This record gives sequence, C-alpha cells and structure tokens, in this order.
Amino acid sequence: MLENVDWDNMLGATWETLYMSGVAIFFTFFFGIALGLILFLSSKGQLWENKVVNSITSAFVNIFRSVPFIILIILLIPFTTAILGTMLGPNAALPALIIGSSPFYARLVEIGLREVDKGVVEAARSMGANQGHIIFKVLLPESMPALVSGITVTGILLVSFTAMAGVIGAGGLGDLAFRDGFQRNSPDVTLVATVITLVIVFILQGIGDVLTRNIDKR
Amino acid sequence: MIHLSNVSKTFQLKGQSLDAVKDVDLHIEKGEIFGVVGYSGAGKSTLVRLLNLLEKPTNGTVKIADYEMLKLSNRELKRARQEISMIFQHFNLLWSRTVRENIAFPLEIAGVSKAERYEKVAELAKLVGLEGREDSYPSQLSGGQKQRVGIARALANEPKVLLCDEATSALDPKTTNAILDLLHDINQRLGLTIVLITHEMNVIQKICSRVAVMEDGSVVEQGNVLEVFRHPQEEITKSFVKQLTDPEDSNQAIEEQLEQEKGTVVRLTFFGDDAEKPVVSELIRACNVTVNILQGNIANTQDGSYGSLFVSIEGDAAQLNEAIEFLQDHQVEAEVISRA
Ligand SMILES: Nc1ncnc2c1ncn2[C@@H]1O[C@H](COP(=O)(O)OP(=O)(O)O)[C@@H](O)[C@H]1O
Ligand SMILES: [Mg+2]
Repeated sequence: MLENVDWDNMLGATWETLYMSGVAIFFTFFFGIALGLILFLSSKGQLWENKVVNSITSAFVNIFRSVPFIILIILLIPFTTAILGTMLGPNAALPALIIGSSPFYARLVEIGLREVDKGVVEAARSMGANQGHIIFKVLLPESMPALVSGITVTGILLVSFTAMAGVIGAGGLGDLAFRDGFQRNSPDVTLVATVITLVIVFILQGIGDVLTRNIDKR
Repeated sequence: MIHLSNVSKTFQLKGQSLDAVKDVDLHIEKGEIFGVVGYSGAGKSTLVRLLNLLEKPTNGTVKIADYEMLKLSNRELKRARQEISMIFQHFNLLWSRTVRENIAFPLEIAGVSKAERYEKVAELAKLVGLEGREDSYPSQLSGGQKQRVGIARALANEPKVLLCDEATSALDPKTTNAILDLLHDINQRLGLTIVLITHEMNVIQKICSRVAVMEDGSVVEQGNVLEVFRHPQEEITKSFVKQLTDPEDSNQAIEEQLEQEKGTVVRLTFFGDDAEKPVVSELIRACNVTVNILQGNIANTQDGSYGSLFVSIEGDAAQLNEAIEFLQDHQVEAEVISRA
C-alpha cells in the first residue's frame, strides 16, 4: 500500500498546486472583474454603451474561453518565455492560467452585474452619483455574492487547469501524478495526488459557500 | 419652484416613436404638495424623471429652484440633483447596506465626512421613526419601514424638492396613510416642495393642495384639489373623482337597492363647510318629504371636506321638484339617479 509515495515530493507538489491556484485566483479576480465591467457597461442601455468596445471585448472573451486550455498553454509558450525567461516551474504556468480563466470569470461577473436592480442604479443617479460611485458603491457591492460564488467556480476550474499545466512541466500534483504515477507505473501516487486535489476542491467550495452566505443580506 | 414649459419626451423604439410626454406646462410653487394622477402608462414616471433629468426632454425647458436644468454641465447637474431627491415605488434601497449606510449613501456621494454623516443619520432616523433600526438590513424591514429609509435617504442632503414616484403604491392602505402623514409632516416642518405621482385619487385627496391629471402623455386638467373634485371637466377626471366617493363595493349595493326603492334616488354632493350643515333634516322639514339614507361617504382634502350621499326621497312630483330646488339653493349638488 502506497509504497511508491514519496511524501516529501507529495507535499512539495501540493504546495505548488496551492501556489499556482492561489496566485491565479487572485489575478483572475481582478482581471475578470475589470473585463466583466467592460462587457457590462459597454452593453446596450448601460453607462458606457458602445457597440464597438462591446463587440471587441466580447469576441476576445469568447475566443479565449473556447480555446482548450492545453492548447492555450502551447500557444502562450513564446509569450511566457518572453516575460519569465523560462517555460518550467509553477510561475511559468501563471500567464496561461490567468489568461485562460479570466474570460470565463468575466462572463460570470457580467451575469452578476446584470442581476443588480436597475432601480438602485437609478436611485444613485438621482442623488448625483458619478460613474465611480455607481461602479464601486453600487454595482460591485450589490453583485458581491455572485462575484464570490463565481470566483469559487473559477477557482475550482483553475485547480484542474494547474493539473493540466503540470503535464508540460509546471510542477504541482498533476505533474507528479503524470510523471511518477503514470510514466513510472505507480498508481498509488496517482491515487494520493487525486485525493489531495479533491480535498483542495472541497475546501475551496466550502470557503466559497460560507463567504457567499455571509455577504448575502438579501 | 418648478417650471416646466412645453416639455415633451419622445422615445425611439425600433424605428417607431412613442410620445410618452406631450407638451406639458406645469408651475409648482415653493412649499406645496403637487399631485400628478393618471392611469398606468399615462407618462407620469417619465414626466417626473424629466425633472431631475434622469430622462432628457426632447423639447421644452425645465427650471427648478434657480437651476435651468438643461443648461447645466455634467458636474453642475450632479450638484443640482443633490437638491432634488427622489423616492420610489419599490424603495430602491441597497440590500448590501444597513439602514444607517443606506441613509448615509447620498452624503457619501456629496463627500460629507464620516462623523458628520453618522450624526445626520441619527437625526434622520429619528425624524422618520426608525430609531433603533439603524443596524438592520433592508431585508429585515417591512415595506413601510423600507419607504421610511427611502425618505430619510432622500432628505439627507437637505433637498429643496422631493419627487415621489408611486411612493405608496406597494404599500397596504394603513401603511400608505402613515407614509402620507410623514410626507405631509416633512412638508410642513421643512418647507419642502413635494411632487407626488400616483394612480390613486385618495393619495391626492389626502395630502395634495393642487393636482394635474395626465392622460396619454398630456396634462388634461389641473387646479386646486377641491376645485377639481368639485367641477371635474374631463371624463378621466370624473372617473378618478368617482374612485373616491363611490367605492366599488357600495355601487353594487346601491344598484340592488335601486331595484327595490319606491322613492326617487338622488345623489347629493357636498363641499367644504356644506358637508357639516344639517341639510337633510332641514330638507325634511321644509319640503315635507320622507328621506331615506342609502349610503354616504366623506373624504377630507387639504382644503376642506368633500362628500357624497345617496338618499331616496318619497313624495309627489311637486314635492320632489321643490326638494331638488331646496337642495340646490343650499349649494348642494343633487343628481337624480332614478325616479320612482
Ligand atoms: N425608457 C423608455 N423607453 C421606451 N419607452 C418608454 C420608456 N420609459 C417609458 N416608456 C413608455 O412611455 C409610456 C409612459 O410610461 P410611464 O411614464 O412609465 O407611465 P406611468 O408612470 O404613468 O405608468 C409607456 O408607454 C412606456 O412604455
Ligand atoms: Mg410609473
């Protein structure tokens, strides 16, 4: 039982997965909200209504959302090596992770913003609010439960992305399962890596659920 | 205080144009409560949104206080809006904020410091009767309490004008009365000019001094509330006035009674002080007829009472004519509904 598992390696790989997911979630949160705001505000009847901006952003989001992640990593190799100087290790996976998940999150953000009561935005306008007030004091706070549950879903997607990134040498649990588990024919390593990944996913979901429930005062 | 001249609003919808507000002239005095009544779709909400420029007029000029609204820069418009508050049918509170934070919201927008904000909130919470609920969230409040938060929020920047778009339409009759009392109280205490939009005549009757009737985008009739109640010119105005004096359920009761009545049924309408005179007992004495009271109703407006009374009068033709004349001499309007 589990005689092939090198627990030090396993722990190291777990940290790498947590690191990649954590950093990627952090940046995805900001980029996704920014993109989601542009998508929402440039759409019809909104503050910055602009067909051109909306179509371009929308096309960009759809393209990056439809490219399979494994292909995105390969497509981004020149970009990654240009900015990081290497194609290996957890940091090298970050650009692809963030670029792959931000458009997905942006759509969830856009949906969340659409749910904000129009009347509340109108009330703010009637008080003399400017665009900054409307975005930061109305739209984002009023859609916060959707933003948080959205980043939870995206975070779980990111954990699975890190496993794929492992295949091309980014490190982490996916890498370990592939190299030690599959290529050296040690199914026990694969099993343990899988269980740890599942635990990470469950914990993420749990944190997301608790947070969402606590912010939602509706 | 508010001057609208030739104001129109046309919406463009998929190539079609819709005239939501047509050529409206309104002059509203400082400190008055001005009502606008009309059925759904008449253009009331659009009209009120033209006042704070949430909607830009297609034509005409809007002047509020000293602001020539259409000539303001973006910045000036935001400043002006702080003096023209608004409350809404569905309250439009931020659910993510507590009562205190909701009331403080317009102060945040106006750049008031936190200490001053909270001092002002405490004062406003007291004014609208929400003391002790400052830390609740809107979802924990009743409809009436939510509208109180809306009112406190609207008063935070000490506005000159308060616009109310169907502010009581989502509330039950008892809560409606409480909110109307609060608005009247605020009008008296702060000298605030109030523009009140509604589809319910009893709201107008309770607190407005003047009223405009809207139909299909136009103001078809306007004047003092009692005057409009007394001599409604347009069909639509008559139907609104009827809402008040002939409650739906009693109309049927009258009709049933009409079938069985031996006498002549007359509807008497009283205004102002007349409503308090003993006209009926004098009628019986003077004309020697039998009077049977079928149904009565009285409404109090800001300028006096307005009532209607259905009676059945028994007597011969001469006596009846005499009775009707007697009533008209006493400045009571009498309308014969059915003859015996
Ligand atoms: N933003 C808008 N775009 C197009 N049509 C509108 C818009 N707002 C209102 N309308 C139309 O204008 C008319 C008047 O609406 P409204 O002012 O809301 O009436 P009320 O408040 O009296 O019920 C309606 O026919 C409505 O459909
Ligand atoms: Mg309306």
